[in-house]
Amino acid sequence: MAVYTTNEIRGGMKIIVDNDPCVILDNEFVKPGKGQAFNRIKYRNLKTGRVVERTYKSGESLEAADVVEVEAQYLYNDGTHYHFMVQDTFEQFVMTDTEVGEAKQWIKEQAICMLMLWNGMPLGVTPPNFVVLKIVETDPGVRGDTSGGGGKPAKLETGAVVRVPLFVQQDEFIKVDTRTGVYVARAKE
Amino acid sequence: MTVAWQPTASIETLRRRADIIGRIRTFFAERNVLEVETPILSHATVTDLHIQSIEAPFKERGATQEEICYLQTSPEYAMKRLLAAGAGSIFQITKSFRQGDIGRLHNPEFSLLEWYRPGFDHHALMDELDELLQVVLEVSPATRRSATQVYQDYVGLNPHTATTEELKICAEQRMSWLPDIPYEKNTYLDLLFTHFIEPYLGQEAPFLLYDFPISQAALAKIRLDNPPVASRFEMYFKGVELANGFHELQDATEQRKRFEKELIYRKKNSMSLVPLDERFLAALEYGIPDCAGVAVGIDRLIMLALGDKDIASIMSFSFSGA
Repeated sequence: MAVYTTNEIRGGMKIIVDNDPCVILDNEFVKPGKGQAFNRIKYRNLKTGRVVERTYKSGESLEAADVVEVEAQYLYNDGTHYHFMVQDTFEQFVMTDTEVGEAKQWIKEQAICMLMLWNGMPLGVTPPNFVVLKIVETDPGVRGDTSGGGGKPAKLETGAVVRVPLFVQQDEFIKVDTRTGVYVARAKE
Repeated sequence: MTVAWQPTASIETLRRRADIIGRIRTFFAERNVLEVETPILSHATVTDLHIQSIEAPFKERGATQEEICYLQTSPEYAMKRLLAAGAGSIFQITKSFRQGDIGRLHNPEFSLLEWYRPGFDHHALMDELDELLQVVLEVSPATRRSATQVYQDYVGLNPHTATTEELKICAEQRMSWLPDIPYEKNTYLDLLFTHFIEPYLGQEAPFLLYDFPISQAALAKIRLDNPPVASRFEMYFKGVELANGFHELQDATEQRKRFEKELIYRKKNSMSLVPLDERFLAALEYGIPDCAGVAVGIDRLIMLALGDKDIASIMSFSFSGA
């Protein structure tokens, strides 16, 4: 069993707490001048998304979690589950709606995503930073507006709604930054 | 490969740091407190259970064996030897070192302001510390509360009379999970204090906390009140510990007893054993004046004065870039 001691813990590391994989958000060293040293460690449970803070005695050990990220292609949704495949190995992973979470509003078939695996089981999926998607619904823009100022909501083929400039029309393709949900540019398919 | 050589603090920050240190020196010069320097490298060091010293081997040229010396964790013992020698009121701004301590508020090497006032008790020294902060930080006068009041207000118990079990239950009621700390009164006091009291102290003006439980007396006199209390104080500002002071213990026998108790604990818990500072004990035996003394972490003080959150940001080079 791999372990980290409190002094090794940094943001982004994966640990196991109460049998669940967690990602470290913060580790603060707390010590009275003449008193016991502690580390206040904040982490997010990767299964539930809950953020928790626990205090450890400085020098205590925490169990490391075998969490890795792999690149995988989104294949299809069978109505209840999402199917992904690692292209090098053809290994397939099946995820529930909850596990895919926010990512589902950005991915369409064949998108290359990052899957987070814990002991080989998928925990979550990160969509590509930029995606090109078709607008399926938006109000007609005002003629002559080319500045991009203002904007209007547009619904994309994956279900996401983003603000787009007034000159962008239905059935056009746009590039979106999935980390912020912000329109970047018009795009070709 | 590029090596980061730049200072941790900006040059403008270092100017403001120098200005604050200048004002501290003026404050003491105006009060005729003598500035002194004492050794950073010494043959002995503290036995305090929660303060570890950085060892520094010294070997005289031609010698076959080296001697383990210690970088001082505070100038306290040497300054008290000066008091015994009749120095009168003294102050010092010096580097101190603590093994293992590093974080947002800790750097293994840091600057301490320490001063001693013969004829003062801890309340008279708290008055002077309060004045210093008003002059240097331009803050409002400090709030002053006893440990009894503060623990009662924040965690609803009496720190002097509470048992370890009562402190543990209090922590369990407030925390979903307890760290694996020794079952001792002081560690549970530290747990409750750091989590449920300290972060809230001194948000508006500096906060002076005084009369500690006798288990936390350190080098303070113990007053035989009911219950007995240690004449120790600490100062907090914006939830950060800035100073620790005592109405100083003068009794050499009692001091040796406290050191030996700590050494026994260290031995039992496989912690590093350090030589007792016999020169300090001899000075106490000779006699130091009735006095109070305090140490102020001036990196933290400057950090708060400049509105920073991390002591690295006000050091020319913090440990990671030293």
